[in-house]
Amino acid sequence: MAFLDRTARSLVLGELLAGLGLTLRYFFKQKATINYPYEKGPISPRFKGEHALRRYPNGEERCIACKLCEAVCPAQAITIEAEPRADGSRRTTRYDIDMTKCIYCGLCEEACPVDAIVEGPNFEFSTETREELMYNKDRLLANGDRWEPELARRLELDAPYR
Amino acid sequence: MYDFFHNTDIGIVILTFIEALVLLVPLLIGVAYLTYAERKVLAAMQLRKGPNVVGPFGLLQPFADALKMLMKETIIPSGSNRLLFFMGPMLTFMLAMLAWAVIPVNNGWAIADINVGILYLFAISSLGVYGIIIAGWASNSKYAFLGAMRSAAQMVSYEVSMGFVLVSVLLCVGSLNLTDVVLAQRTVWFCIPLFPMFIVFFISTLAETNRSPFDLPEGESEIVAGFFVEYSSMSFALFFLGEYANMILMSAMTTILFLGGWLAPFNVVPFTWIPGVIWFVLKICFVLFFFLWVRATFPRYRYDQLMRLGWKVFLPLSLLWLVVTAGALMAFGWLPNT
Repeated sequence: MAFLDRTARSLVLGELLAGLGLTLRYFFKQKATINYPYEKGPISPRFKGEHALRRYPNGEERCIACKLCEAVCPAQAITIEAEPRADGSRRTTRYDIDMTKCIYCGLCEEACPVDAIVEGPNFEFSTETREELMYNKDRLLANGDRWEPELARRLELDAPYR
Repeated sequence: MYDFFHNTDIGIVILTFIEALVLLVPLLIGVAYLTYAERKVLAAMQLRKGPNVVGPFGLLQPFADALKMLMKETIIPSGSNRLLFFMGPMLTFMLAMLAWAVIPVNNGWAIADINVGILYLFAISSLGVYGIIIAGWASNSKYAFLGAMRSAAQMVSYEVSMGFVLVSVLLCVGSLNLTDVVLAQRTVWFCIPLFPMFIVFFISTLAETNRSPFDLPEGESEIVAGFFVEYSSMSFALFFLGEYANMILMSAMTTILFLGGWLAPFNVVPFTWIPGVIWFVLKICFVLFFFLWVRATFPRYRYDQLMRLGWKVFLPLSLLWLVVTAGALMAFGWLPNT
């Protein structure tokens, strides 16, 4: 009896038709695709993208060359050289990040006592040559100037959780 | 003019050539857009959008793909048999085109309205396996060879039950001419009285064209791409075109045998205004949508399950239904041409 029941069921193709029905329902559903270069998904304030060196509102660079980021960097992507400036303050003379080594862990950002080095929201910084990914201090400061409003907003939004 | 095209040898050759061109060019465009439709339908069923960048709605995608194919380098494996290596895809493609000679797209619109149309179609679709087996053997690769072996075994097994389905249709028509087959469906399409045969035939066409869920010959999870692993560039494109042209051909066959060919679904005024060709194309599209729909839904069969389905389910079922059909025709005196 069980054999007849099973055979009859498989001959009616019930399960196959149920499967077809399911895919047909999906056929008319709202699509999940984001039309990427024209549409972008939301990004969390904690998103770890391209690095930037920030400045104080008066234009003075924040970085005090404590080299904590260089020390903490697990990929050893950061290279810092520093000496006292003419006014006696300690500043970097060289601040390089090898973006091809960076693993975007965000530890430099965590280590920084003055919120100077941060990882911004930008993830579209692909280049055509490898050399362009060796960021120097000028490039990082320029990034900071470009993204500052967004960077400040992100720090503020994430502050309650730190 | 009429005299030239119908009564002189050269005229007949030119006319046939033009007719073939008129049929094959739309067919090839249809093949190109079938690949597009497949990607769109699969995408939609997986909540994606599919190609939408090249041209409006991605409509130029098939041409971009074709151009890309043409630019690629043709690689000939060093251990391969050169002649057979190129014969494989050419044969597949040629046979897929050849079968269209007897397909009536409208009343009397067949290039060759021969009296053994069904047998011709059946013979050509059976020959299709040669292209695959030659390609698999000539590539001198184990994956290609395994794919070809699988394909040969699969196509042969499903042709048997397809044959019985064709015979039961023949019993109801009393003619092997495809135009007669369609005209015999004026009162009722054969998909209604022969419904189980219709299902068996459709599933067999899936297996015959190596489509999912019976795409074992090219099962990418086990044997990379099956019989065409070693092919690249245009030789690959020919296989691709051949496979899709075969899909359209099988849909056309299903349409002619079971869905009333070019006939309108109801023989009343608004439906009969639309020309037969349009109905024919619409029905083919409908069947093709099923092909894609099935691909989006079902996982691939295991090889022994495939063989079991072919020999232990479809063969007895089609044989039984053949006897039932013949018995019913005799008992009620519905036999044609008696």
